[in-house]
Amino acid sequence: MTTPCLRVENLNVMYDVGKRKLHAAKDVSFEIAPGETLGLVGESGSGKSTAGLALLRLIEPSSGKIMLGDTNVATAGRRELQLLRKRMQMVFQDPYSSLNPSMTIEQLLTEPLIVHADMAASDRRAAVGKMLESVGLHAGYAARYPHEFSGGQRQRIAIARSMMLHPDLVVLDEPVSALDVSTQSQILKLLKNVQAASGTAFLLVAHDLAVVRLMSPRVAVMYLGEIVETGPSARVYDEPAHPYTAALISAVPFPDPVRQRSANRIILGGDLPSPLNPPSGCRFRTRCPFAMDICARAAPPTVQVEGGGVAACHLHTEGPKLGGRSLNAFMRERNIGAMEVTT
Amino acid sequence: MSTTTIEQAPAVALPPTSTFFQRFCRNRTAMVSAIILAIIVLAAIFAPYIAPHDPAKSSLRAILKPPGAVYWLGSDDLGRDVASRLIFASRLSLVASVQAVAIALVIGLPLGLIAGYVGGWIDTIISRFNDALMSFPALILAVVIVGLMGPSLSNAMTAIGLVYAPRIMRVVRGSTLSVREEVYIRAARAMGCGDIRIIALHVLPNVMGPLVVQATVLMGQALLAEAGLSFLGLGAQPPLASWGAMLGTAFPYMQQSPVPTIASGVVISVTVLCFNLIGDGIRDSVGRMRRAGD
Repeated sequence: MTTPCLRVENLNVMYDVGKRKLHAAKDVSFEIAPGETLGLVGESGSGKSTAGLALLRLIEPSSGKIMLGDTNVATAGRRELQLLRKRMQMVFQDPYSSLNPSMTIEQLLTEPLIVHADMAASDRRAAVGKMLESVGLHAGYAARYPHEFSGGQRQRIAIARSMMLHPDLVVLDEPVSALDVSTQSQILKLLKNVQAASGTAFLLVAHDLAVVRLMSPRVAVMYLGEIVETGPSARVYDEPAHPYTAALISAVPFPDPVRQRSANRIILGGDLPSPLNPPSGCRFRTRCPFAMDICARAAPPTVQVEGGGVAACHLHTEGPKLGGRSLNAFMRERNIGAMEVTT
Repeated sequence: MSTTTIEQAPAVALPPTSTFFQRFCRNRTAMVSAIILAIIVLAAIFAPYIAPHDPAKSSLRAILKPPGAVYWLGSDDLGRDVASRLIFASRLSLVASVQAVAIALVIGLPLGLIAGYVGGWIDTIISRFNDALMSFPALILAVVIVGLMGPSLSNAMTAIGLVYAPRIMRVVRGSTLSVREEVYIRAARAMGCGDIRIIALHVLPNVMGPLVVQATVLMGQALLAEAGLSFLGLGAQPPLASWGAMLGTAFPYMQQSPVPTIASGVVISVTVLCFNLIGDGIRDSVGRMRRAGD
């Protein structure tokens, strides 16, 4: 593998909640190759957005390494960070609030150029026109204000803004979840095309599994601040090796009712435990249908999974000793059908 | 990056959105107030051409004359034309209000932005100092300052400006606190904008709405304060006239000649009312833009 565009090692983010510490992201590690898209999925409160924001130092990480190329973002000083910002950008979830209502589209799109690039005003204007067209908007819209556009158009503008400096990495924080379903596919296509043309790496933070599967060849699944499983999308989706991943995927309905009924499904009960007081050992054990004694005692080991990727679960080394086989295979062997866990 | 147009956005005409100005014009009360105020301002600018008499020229043969063809609003106790004096006094009164509000803005706006944006102990210090100033009655503090610095309209309005600065500061700080949490501020930071750029280009334009409303309302209040101080003899000094000073000099002769007192009072009230109604109009027009924006 070539040098990764981004390598995150043991990233930790802590919030102070009163006198207590909230461990919002715990030892998060992953890599993104240049031009690649990594999907980061998990339910609300799993820390996926926190991790995305920490990468850009919009939230201060408490420890860990964030290597963008060969520079560590986590320890960069003010000056250095300013230079790094040129190489990494962000697209936010809500295009209604991420564009300053008092600025025209031209002002919004030229801002990154003014801040980072030494360009003549006419060149900037030309760049804005070009970029607007490449995201499917008329160059003539440059003089308008954000409130004159629909949600999908605004998200196009936000994407255009993030691409103005041809960054190495763009963090997409739920880029389509605030949009209509019909608009979502247009925006996703746009993102794919933009990436194909620019070679920018994406970190796609999303809770919508279908979106992530469509967009990213590789996914990382987060639960309560930890990455529990990573791997190629096809493998993770079809043959999950961590019970939480299996549960997440079970939650997506099949369009075919026969398949829907016959599937090995894991239905989770209860809510995320409070991240202020996470369960001991494996953080998922309170909602895990396969929880064993050891899960409360020790943090699960990270195991290589057949078909690529890793999973952090005791099932692979204790109890049934799956040893990297998928959970589906295990459930088929034992003839376990749908499982429901209530807590 | 290539410029292949991916998928032309649907060529639907963008929804018609009204500008702030259009909405303001549709607000009849505010519009009428703006027209009246414009007339007053024009009268102040062109006072020498409009006033029928020299405002400072007294005539012993025309003391406390009732209104008539020569003296439209009668004459005062020194035989000066009240109408001309009112027209000329508008200059002093308006300039005095502008001065007070300008001072309040120069002090209050940057402090409010800093306190709201930076937060922390800086905010605490500025805000506590602010609270202390707010607890002073405006007029009394102005009287004290004028007492120390000597009676003059400029001193009086500087004092009023200082007293009003906390009100501007409080409004700006409050708006800044809410704007600071907006996603577009985070987006600006992600883009690499410095704090000064963020404050000037991202925060300031978005606190303008409440700020303009507050400044307009303060204009009315400053006018009233000027009138009050001048009425007490602490503001405009003779022979200059301000509306408040005129009210003060006409008041003892109200029994013999009520018109000058009433005229000065009406002019003050109408102008203050205009400022307040314009402030309300701006507030409503700005508010609707926000709502229609989503």
